[in-house]
Amino acid sequence: MDHDYQKDISGCGLTGLISRKRQRKSGGDIVKSLCLMNDRGNGLGAGYAAYGIYPEFKDFYAFHIMYDDPSVRWTAEEYLRNNYHIEKIEEIPTFPVKAIPISPLLVRYFMRPLKDKMVGDVQEEDFVVNSVMKVNSEIEGAYIFSSGKNMGAFKGVGNPCDIAEFFRIEEYEGYIWTAHTRFPTNTPGWWGGAHPFTLLDWSIVHNGEISSYGINKRYLEMYGYRLTLLTDTEVAAYLLDLLIRRHGLDIPTACAALAAPFWKKIDAMDPEEREALTALRLTYGSALLNGPFSILFGHSKGLVGINDRIKLRPLVAASKDDMVYMASEESAIRAICPSPEKVWAPRAGDPVIVELED
Amino acid sequence: MFKSLAPPEYLATIDREKCIRCKRCIHNCGWGVYSWGGDRIQINTSKCVKCLRCYHYCPEEAIEIQDNPTRFKQNAYWGFHQIRNIKRQAETGGIPLTGMGSDLPYTILFDNLLIDACQVTNPSIDPLREPMELRTYLGKKPSSVAVEKDKSGRLRLKGKMPPQIKLEAPIIFSPMSFGSISLNAQKVLAIAARECGIVMNTGEGGLHEDLYPYKDNIIVQVASGRFGVNPDYLNAGVAVEIKIGQGAKPGIGGHLPGEKIPLEVARARMIPVGTDALSPAPQHDIYSIEDLRQLIYAIKEATDYKPVSVKIAAVHNVAAIASGIVRAGADIVYLDGFRGGTGAAPSIIRDHLGIPIEYAIAAVDDRLRQEGIRNEASIIAAGGIRSSADAAKAIALGADSVAIGTAALITMGCTTCGKCYTGNCSWGITTQRPELTVRLDPEVYAERLINLIHAWVHELKEILGALGINAVESLRGNRERLRGVGLDTQTLDILGVKPAGR
Repeated sequence: MDHDYQKDISGCGLTGLISRKRQRKSGGDIVKSLCLMNDRGNGLGAGYAAYGIYPEFKDFYAFHIMYDDPSVRWTAEEYLRNNYHIEKIEEIPTFPVKAIPISPLLVRYFMRPLKDKMVGDVQEEDFVVNSVMKVNSEIEGAYIFSSGKNMGAFKGVGNPCDIAEFFRIEEYEGYIWTAHTRFPTNTPGWWGGAHPFTLLDWSIVHNGEISSYGINKRYLEMYGYRLTLLTDTEVAAYLLDLLIRRHGLDIPTACAALAAPFWKKIDAMDPEEREALTALRLTYGSALLNGPFSILFGHSKGLVGINDRIKLRPLVAASKDDMVYMASEESAIRAICPSPEKVWAPRAGDPVIVELED
Repeated sequence: MFKSLAPPEYLATIDREKCIRCKRCIHNCGWGVYSWGGDRIQINTSKCVKCLRCYHYCPEEAIEIQDNPTRFKQNAYWGFHQIRNIKRQAETGGIPLTGMGSDLPYTILFDNLLIDACQVTNPSIDPLREPMELRTYLGKKPSSVAVEKDKSGRLRLKGKMPPQIKLEAPIIFSPMSFGSISLNAQKVLAIAARECGIVMNTGEGGLHEDLYPYKDNIIVQVASGRFGVNPDYLNAGVAVEIKIGQGAKPGIGGHLPGEKIPLEVARARMIPVGTDALSPAPQHDIYSIEDLRQLIYAIKEATDYKPVSVKIAAVHNVAAIASGIVRAGADIVYLDGFRGGTGAAPSIIRDHLGIPIEYAIAAVDDRLRQEGIRNEASIIAAGGIRSSADAAKAIALGADSVAIGTAALITMGCTTCGKCYTGNCSWGITTQRPELTVRLDPEVYAERLINLIHAWVHELKEILGALGINAVESLRGNRERLRGVGLDTQTLDILGVKPAGR
C-alpha cells in the first residue's frame, strides 16, 4: 500500500441522457449539450460513454485500450491472447483534429474470457476486473478505458468538441450517453485521466473532489482493488462495483451507503428502518463519499445521478417522453431538449435512478 | 534524623509580607509541606510536589513554588534526575515510582503531523450551519450487509448486527480504577460520560454501587488481579474489557498499597481492608493467544455476547499482537501508547518501555487492512491525547476513537505533578483520604469535564469542516489528509503519511 502518491483534483461539467425505451440516439445530442458547458472545462480533458453502441458484439467484452507507445501493444495483446478469445481487434476510428496534434494509439477488442483460465469458482466478471487491474497497474503505458459489454468510453486531452470530432462521436448510436468536460488544476493532461472512468459496464462521470478519498482508497485496497489512477472518480467506480456487484446491494441501497442519510434523519425513522440504515452506515462508513460531488453513473440497465449529502456541486434533471436528462446546468439540457415536461434539482443525497425498460 | 542527599525538586516559598497566617495552605496541602510554627507558617519544602493546590487556595497570593534553583553542577549527560535517582536508590535500595505518563523529551509525532484544509477546489463546510457528525460505534462490523425492502419499500435488515457501543463523539474516558482514583473522581467521569453520550471505564477496581445508575455509559474491566469480578459486574456495563497491558508500564502488573484500600475500595474489589492489591504482570490464565480467545468467549457467554475489548500496551510487535487479538474474537482493540498515564509505575519502566501511540495506530490499522480484517474490530487509541488535534490526528491515522485519562483528570484540578502513587493528592483525585476526596465535588467538577468534551467536540467539528467532510468516518484512516513535518522517510512510511509539500 503506497501512500506517497499524487492525487489528481479537478472541477468539471457533466451531462447525461437516457432513453428508457432503448431508442438509440446519435452522439450529436450529447456533444451539443456538453459543448455548451465549455467554460466548465479548461481543455485538459473531455470524454463520452455510450451504451448500446455495439449491438453486433453485445455478448463480448469491449475493451477500449490506450497505448502510450505502440510497442506496449504487443505486451498487452500477448496477455489478452493468453486469457481471452478475441473475436475482433481494430483501431478505434478517429478523425484528424488540428487541436489534437498528438494522440496515443487507441485499439478496441471484442473478447470473452477463456473458460480454462478461470480457475475455481471465479466469476467471469471477477476475471475481467482482475485483468483490468493487472493491465492498468502492471503494463506500463497500457491503460484500459473501458471493459463492459455493448458500451464504450471515448476520452482524451482536449476540448469537448475536439474530442468528439476526434472520436467521431456523432457516428455512434446509444440509448445511454454520459459526457464530461474537465478542469484539472494540478495535473498535466493525460488521456487516461479524463472521464468517464469505467469498470465492466459501470461508467462514471464526476464533478467534484472526494475529500474522503484517502480512506475510500484504503478501504477498496482491502478488497483487492488497485487504485492506479489516483482520481476521486476511480474510487466511486470501484465502490459501486464492490457494493452492487460483489455485495449484492441494489442501486438505491448502494446510493444510501455512498451518500448516507444524516443520523438525524435515521434517528427519526421507524425502528426497523433505523436498524437497517444504521447497519448500512456502520458497515460502509469507510465507503461514504464525502466532499463535494455530483456523479452520473451509467450501467447496462440504466442511469443514476447522485449528489453529495449537502449538495455542494450542481445537478439538474429533466424529463420528456421516455427521455431523462441530467446535467451540471439546466442550459445544457435545454440545448438539446428545449421544452422538457419536468425540470427539477435533485435534493442533496437523493439519487435520481432511471431504469431501461426491458 | 538522616537527611536525604537527594535535593528537593521544588522550593515552596511564602511572601511573609503578604501572608495573613490564615493557615489555608496547611489545610490544603495533602503532603504536609506546611505546618504552624506558633507565629508563622513553617515550610518543609522537601515534601513539595508542585501540585499548586496551596498556590490556588492562598487568598493573598503569597505562595510561590519554584523549581529548586539549587542543582547539581550542570552536565549535559548526567541530568539532575539521573543523579537524584541514583542518590535515592543508594539510600533506599528501592525502585523509584512515579505517576502520570512519561515526561521525557522523546519526539512527539503528533507535533510533527499537520492536518489538511480545503481551499477553492473543494469547499470547506461551516459546522455552525451544516450538520457535522461525530457519532461513532465501537464493535465488530460485518464486511457486507444484507437488506430487503418491505411492502412499502422501506429497508429492513436481514440478519443481525454484532453488538455496538454507541458514542456521540469519538472520545471516551480511559480506565482508571476506584482505588487508584477516588470514588468522587469516578463519579465525575460517570456523570460526564452520561451527559456527553460517551463511556467511562472502571479500570481494575470493581464497580462501586453508586455507579450502577450509570451502567449505560460504563465499560467494566477484567484484569490480572480479577478484582471485583463477578457475574453482576460483568453484566453491569455496555461492554467488558480485558486488560493485558498498560502503556505506562507494559509487561508489569499493578500494586495498590494497603493504605489506599479502605472499606469502600475493599468492598468494590472484593478483598480484605488494608491488604495490598496486587495485579500480577500477566494474566495467569492467559499465557498465549489461544488462552485469550477462551477468556474472550467465556466473557461473551457470561454476558450474552456484549462487545469485548482487549487493552494492550503499544509495544514493538503491536501489529501482529493486535491481529491475533482480533482473530481471537475481540470486538475492540484498545491500544495504549508509551505516553499513557498511570497511578503508579516504576519510572524506569514508564520512561523506557513501549512505543508511542502514533506508530502503534498506524502499524495496527495497516496490518488489519492487509489481512482484510479491519472491519472485525474497532481501534481505540490512548496514551497521551492532549487535545482535539491529537484526537483528530489519531483518528486520521486509523483509530475509531481516542481515550483520555490525564486530560480528564486535569479538569478536576490535576496539574500532572506525577505523585499519584503516594495517595496524598491534594485535589482529591488519586487519594482515598476522606478529608482530601471530599474536596472533589462530583457535580461541580463533572461540569468542567463536560465543558472540556463539548469544547473538543466543537473543535473536532471545526477540523472536519475545514477538511470539507461532515462525518467522522471520512476522517478515520484518511491519512491522505495528514502531512508530516520534519519526519524522516522511514517514519513517514510507517505512518503512511506524505511529507508536507507533497
